[in-house]
Amino acid sequence: MRRALLVAAVALLVLAPGAAACPRTSLGDLEDEVMCPVCGTPLNLAEEAPQAERERAFIQREVDRCRTKGQIKRALAAQYGERVLALPGDQQDDDLADVLVYVIPALAILLALIGVAVGASRWRRQREPASSNPPVASKRLDADMDRYDL
Amino acid sequence: MRRALSPISIAVIVAVAALVGLLAYGLSANEPDRAIEHAIAKGERKKAPGFDLPSLSGPGRASLAEMRGKVVVLNFWASWCVPCRKESPLLERWHRRITPRGGTVLGVDILDVSSDARAFAREFRLSYPMLRDKGGDTLDDFGVIAYPETFVIDRWGRIAATRRGPVDAAFLRRQVDPLLREGS
Repeated sequence: MRRALLVAAVALLVLAPGAAACPRTSLGDLEDEVMCPVCGTPLNLAEEAPQAERERAFIQREVDRCRTKGQIKRALAAQYGERVLALPGDQQDDDLADVLVYVIPALAILLALIGVAVGASRWRRQREPASSNPPVASKRLDADMDRYDL
Repeated sequence: MRRALSPISIAVIVAVAALVGLLAYGLSANEPDRAIEHAIAKGERKKAPGFDLPSLSGPGRASLAEMRGKVVVLNFWASWCVPCRKESPLLERWHRRITPRGGTVLGVDILDVSSDARAFAREFRLSYPMLRDKGGDTLDDFGVIAYPETFVIDRWGRIAATRRGPVDAAFLRRQVDPLLREGS
């Protein structure tokens, strides 16, 4: 009797985490990471498109079958092609392009900020001589006023 | 005296110009290719873009080139497409009607779950050949923007007519029958 209880307890310990882990993901968790290929938008933005509804039903079936997010994305790509994957890293085509798609915009923003900062400092320096010369201007004004002095 | 623009103003102008340019590019890039319609309007028949696609129902592939010598009613459809439900029985009737005269309907299922597509074909008892273009790669070649769309292709692989939207019997009579008489 004691041995049977021990076996049951061990079985529960082994099986419980697996049971608790199902479902492993949700429709909401996937919707913003995959595309509605017909709409050309992420699935979460495709409200009433018939193709989007079918895609959601497909994802829900896969979620109910306890598939992981990665497995569902692979299943979607098998049905709709790689274009259904919204995140560049998910498309298993070109690793360099997947990196560049994040690096290039970041570099562009950085370069633009540097350009604006350099331009602003140069512009300020060009303006400084004009504004830091009031004594000359005031002397000239005084001289002009003296000429009109009666 | 003219005041020079500040770097921030220049940066804003450049950014706005870049944004407008990007918007214009996006609009022009999304413009569907209307070359086929333009050719038909001028009375010309443009060569149909080739494709080689897997069969929907099982193993094997088929290409449009293999259909040379037949009049092909090429129909792009999907199981989620509501108007496709209406036109499929008509296409099936026409497939049976034109097969003995050297014609065929060829379905291309696009952007669809394959099990849904097969269920659709079973539901409407569609017997014409069905191919599957899961990623929709052929859509750009044919300028497909709506579902369903149908292209009538002559025995020499040239597009003689097109219908954006569901076909009806009048369209098929007007466009397919004369082609069946050509070169037969």
